[in-house]
Amino acid sequence: MNRFDYIQPASVSEAIAAASAPGSVYLAAGTNLLDLMKGGVARPDRVVDITRLPGLDRVDWLANGSVRIGALVRNADLAYHQRFASTFPAVAEALLSGASPQLRNAATVGGNLLQRTRCAYFHDLASACNRRMPGTGCDARDGENRLHAVLGWSDHCIATHPSDFCVPLVAFDAVIEVEGPQGAREIAVDALHRLPGNAPEREMALLPGELIVAVRIPAEAAAFAPNARYLKLRERTSYAFAVVSAVAALELADGIIRQARIALGGVAAKPWRPTEAEASLAGMRPTAAGFAKAADLALAAAKPSGDNAFKIELARRLVVRALTFALEGTPAVMPALPASPFSTMPGSAITGADHVA
Amino acid sequence: MSLSISLAINGQRRTVAIDDPRVTLLDLLRERLDLAGTKKGCDRGQCGACTVLLDGRRINSCLTLAASLDGAEVTTIEGLAEGETLHPVQAAFIAHDGFQCGYCTPGQIMSAVGLIAEGQAGEDPARIRELMSGNICRCGAYQGITEAVLEAQKAVAERKRRDAA
Repeated sequence: MNRFDYIQPASVSEAIAAASAPGSVYLAAGTNLLDLMKGGVARPDRVVDITRLPGLDRVDWLANGSVRIGALVRNADLAYHQRFASTFPAVAEALLSGASPQLRNAATVGGNLLQRTRCAYFHDLASACNRRMPGTGCDARDGENRLHAVLGWSDHCIATHPSDFCVPLVAFDAVIEVEGPQGAREIAVDALHRLPGNAPEREMALLPGELIVAVRIPAEAAAFAPNARYLKLRERTSYAFAVVSAVAALELADGIIRQARIALGGVAAKPWRPTEAEASLAGMRPTAAGFAKAADLALAAAKPSGDNAFKIELARRLVVRALTFALEGTPAVMPALPASPFSTMPGSAITGADHVA
Repeated sequence: MSLSISLAINGQRRTVAIDDPRVTLLDLLRERLDLAGTKKGCDRGQCGACTVLLDGRRINSCLTLAASLDGAEVTTIEGLAEGETLHPVQAAFIAHDGFQCGYCTPGQIMSAVGLIAEGQAGEDPARIRELMSGNICRCGAYQGITEAVLEAQKAVAERKRRDAA
């Protein structure tokens, strides 16, 4: 780890002033940043520790029914927050499918949004990586790339965004509240992470010194609570990043889908929201054929970036399954293995269990 | 840089000088405070060997900067037993063969103490396994670990009832 100046500001304005200097980073729990620093991927000159900033660790319900989550709320506290989990169950399920209990106890909401890709070439300093070192190339293109992007990638970068939490946030039109040297503004979570294009090093829409202070989920998302699921396929049962993940949420009335929300994780440099697939379900009766058509639309633009064509079919099937489970209904109790592709609902056609005796 | 922080470590308040902001809680415990029971496995938050309780919650001490922790309470494996009397989780790991080589064991035990305090598992072995998934055991003692956590959870609840009576 490189040497750095350590600063512990007492207020948001002090933090922003300190972090406006080039080479500065914000430190919350550090569960991603310290890992990057130990590997030499992040080499900040100045670390601005925001963990002591007052008022950023609260979950507040606003008069209009939306929820405002402070940037320093811990992932575990949000996932186990009773009212939050019953209002936005797919968000709680996504949170609980990510990382480990120890990491969820530490990791913050703001930090989760800002976590970096897990692409091995990004983390390996001996590899060419346009995201880490612009203009050097992308060793993932001809490397071990079976887990890389199938949507929105470019010749410059085929990395994926690793967050589970961000996938339902994008589906539910969440926004972040940001404060920075030029004042306060809001950014849709969908616009926070950028597709690589020809400048993959520009990962986020944040400007230098800008600090995420809160995430808001609009009240309208609560309408999906009875029929919302997040499913995640992993290479081991638990404590692994998604090969592919999907959130599906349905608002049903009189047997008709009033509106649907879908987003995919693990497929692109940002959570992928296929709005055409959502629109194809609106006003329809929920049917297997309709779900299959929506899944086809969701993956219509997908193309392999390497040895990962299988992810396209996997994602298509996961969208169908997530929609099927959403239709079955949100489980009354969080499943023992959150985001498992096997249904816990009695009477489901798709059953199964952990593959551990 | 020089910075001084106050920590309550296993119930004992200590003032600790941090001469380098890069010191993690794990290295502080092992290299500066002579508490080597907390183990360094991967040092990257992937294995759980470094698990301790920070303000009563289990975390990975390898990914926590010590400088950030002024005023915190830390509990390590050294702080669990009361004299010669083992903590119920320690006793249950012995009773159920919850380890072989023992390297991951302090982290497993601290994680189990945290899991029991969180109260999310109930008596469901599947939930215990999922909520212990942040601790890797290369010897593969998982079956014994799951049984130990289930039994320790009952023992801790029983101890609470006794204390309350």
